[in-house]
Amino acid sequence: MNLPTLESINLAASLPVLILAGWACLLTAIDLFISPERKHWTAWLAVLGLLASGVALGFEAVAYSQRGAVSAFGDMAVVDGFALFLQGVFLLSAFLGILLALNYLPRHNIERGEYYTLLLFTTSGMMLMAMAADLIVVFLALELLSLPLYVLSGFAHPRLDSEEAAMKYFLLGAFASGFLVYGIALTYGGAGTTLLSGVVEALVGGGPAPNPVLAIVGMGLILVGLGFKVAAVPFHMWTPDVYQGAPTPVTAFMSVGAKAGGFAALLRVFLIAFPATGDTWGVVIAIIAALTMILGNVVAISQSNVKRMLAYSSIAHAGYVLVAVAAARYPEVEPLAVSAAVFYLLTYAVTNLGAFAIVIALERDDGTGVEVEDFAGLAKTRPWLAIAMTLFMLSLTGIPPSAGMVGKFFVFQAAVQASVGDPLILTVTIIGVLTSVISAFYYLRIPVMMYFRDGEGQANVQPALGVALALTALATFLLGVVPAPFLQMARHALLTLAG
Amino acid sequence: MKEWTFIAILLIVSAMLPTVPIMGGRLLGPRKPNEQKSSTYECGVETVGDTWVQFKVQYYIFALVFLVFDIELVFLYPWAVAYNRLPLFGVIAGVVFIITLAEALIYAWRKGALEWL
Amino acid sequence: MPGVILFAILALVAILSAIGMLTSTNAVHAALFLVINLACIAVFFLGLSAPFLAMVQVTVYAGAIMVLFLFVIMLLGAERVPLSSRLRWQAPLAIALVLALLAVTLLVAFSPQVQGNLVNPRPVPPEAQGFGSPQAVGETLFARYLLPFQMVGLLLLVAMIGVVVLTKDERKPTGHISENAQASDRAA
Repeated sequence: MNLPTLESINLAASLPVLILAGWACLLTAIDLFISPERKHWTAWLAVLGLLASGVALGFEAVAYSQRGAVSAFGDMAVVDGFALFLQGVFLLSAFLGILLALNYLPRHNIERGEYYTLLLFTTSGMMLMAMAADLIVVFLALELLSLPLYVLSGFAHPRLDSEEAAMKYFLLGAFASGFLVYGIALTYGGAGTTLLSGVVEALVGGGPAPNPVLAIVGMGLILVGLGFKVAAVPFHMWTPDVYQGAPTPVTAFMSVGAKAGGFAALLRVFLIAFPATGDTWGVVIAIIAALTMILGNVVAISQSNVKRMLAYSSIAHAGYVLVAVAAARYPEVEPLAVSAAVFYLLTYAVTNLGAFAIVIALERDDGTGVEVEDFAGLAKTRPWLAIAMTLFMLSLTGIPPSAGMVGKFFVFQAAVQASVGDPLILTVTIIGVLTSVISAFYYLRIPVMMYFRDGEGQANVQPALGVALALTALATFLLGVVPAPFLQMARHALLTLAG
Repeated sequence: MKEWTFIAILLIVSAMLPTVPIMGGRLLGPRKPNEQKSSTYECGVETVGDTWVQFKVQYYIFALVFLVFDIELVFLYPWAVAYNRLPLFGVIAGVVFIITLAEALIYAWRKGALEWL
Repeated sequence: MPGVILFAILALVAILSAIGMLTSTNAVHAALFLVINLACIAVFFLGLSAPFLAMVQVTVYAGAIMVLFLFVIMLLGAERVPLSSRLRWQAPLAIALVLALLAVTLLVAFSPQVQGNLVNPRPVPPEAQGFGSPQAVGETLFARYLLPFQMVGLLLLVAMIGVVVLTKDERKPTGHISENAQASDRAA
């Protein structure tokens, strides 16, 4: 057996995640010596870590544009455009997640330094997920992503709904992890290796242990495990309760980060390790995508609690990304579909974090104030807030001029290209368009409420939240109006087997 | 496989050591129970309350700290026996791992999780 | 041949203890059945020339994790809770799903590829010297699986933080809540 050398470990290539994980560990220790009244110091130190990681990521992106993808940690991880793009999305989401929490936590008397350190830990898990090139790393990254989120959902304990959220998320999440591990074990049994590049060799033939049947069963179980993380129907049951019960900044971050992390693994595992069985999983994922879009959008209509509505909306959006995943199984469409998926995740991240920022502004200290009716009259009292919320709702629906519209357009473009000779994808694409129209019904209810109904329209925008709102609103608008530079970046977000 | 046969024999013998006297006593001994005899034996002190009581959460934290170091031990054993054949970064990796887990202990300690309340 | 007999006996014990775990209504008994099951698996590892894994199985799973399980059971006071009758549909559904899984497994086992492998088994390379020894495990773990290994360290740290966050209420000194609760009890 040839052991890896220091060169093949290639610490420089994985510097962004190393900085973040190391800083999370350090900050855990530093936070012990910060007095409870000064926990915002921890927050700013966490932001510092995110910035440092972001700078390293920038250098890594420049290096990538010159030399292409490289392996790291032997062959356990790969730093390619896909990983770098998503890592950028994760860092951005984490930054906004901290801004959203900065005033929210003290207001609700749940401020503890661990919020920020756990946020850094889960972000490092997501970043590792994006670069995982081995099923074991996929599993451990998923755990590192989930474990802090389980704790964060219960951060408002002993508030009962927060405890319920943590309990539900933890139990079902652990169960889903069980499926994932079982799937990895069967894949290992079938392919004789957990390396994604090794699995593809074994399945295509010429590998050391030809038993594709076992690997396909394993693949199905992996799909169940990851489907749970991205909240795809029929593995979505936990989403509404968890999103409603968890503290709102956690919900905001979770809906964006955990979903993108799950899709990072889904895309990489299925496109790199299982391309040979594309006809099998392509069909399954297409059907799941259709179900997810239909259920998410239809059930969201009847929700009166905005957090719950956004939970169903988040299920629905998982469906749109799944359309891109299903389309990506055709090699000629793959680059377009993958960049569509990651671009969609970016647009969804900024839009959804913005929408949740508004929910946080409206939420009262006792956790109420997040019903649709509470938006009434907001346009008169807080016109800018109303404009921003309208923009986010337009973006979630997919109406120009907003990021969501470009994202959806990109996904459907990939799907239409893939649908040549594949009626199933065509049907799913049509379902996607139709459900987008349905979604307008519940998203636009909020602007209607704000502009045409009278009400108190109370909101409380504190400085950090204001910055987060301005950033997300600007990003949502810019991504919708001048998407070209970001699309260009997304086009480089290609999956690579290994460096 | 052969070298494990001795351990298997040892296991069987060690399992029989307590089983045989207990079962023998039960099979051969006379049985005349009364209230005094069948009460729970607790070092001669009278039993108070129910045996099935709810534990405090402290036990759980202690068990978790124990688990953390149990796993550390499990990982450090192969590190200790292989370290002269490992590349330098492998040795450093072990040190980093120890530091990470030591931090877990320091954290629990500082937070007062190890105090018995 | 003695290996096969040993395996057969242990496999039977493992399956029976697993069934015992599932069917016992007392959670503590279920946990003890699980200990038997885990011990059997440890012996399987021995048979597969992986003594280090066998040791880990006993110390970590049958030891530490089971202690944790028992503490949780005692903590929740769940040891004597009767099996819930609300989920009546669950048992038949579970049996149906298990049968489906069994069917798929058999399908895999009797698939042409696997049968082909059984008829013409690939030559198994002879065990390397010291295969499965702590030394070999160490070399693999600290060089090839460096990244997963460090991630496990992070996971343990996060687990520790999580437990402290969820059990310690820092807003008020501990004991305050129970006093409050007692006070309100007295008032009521």
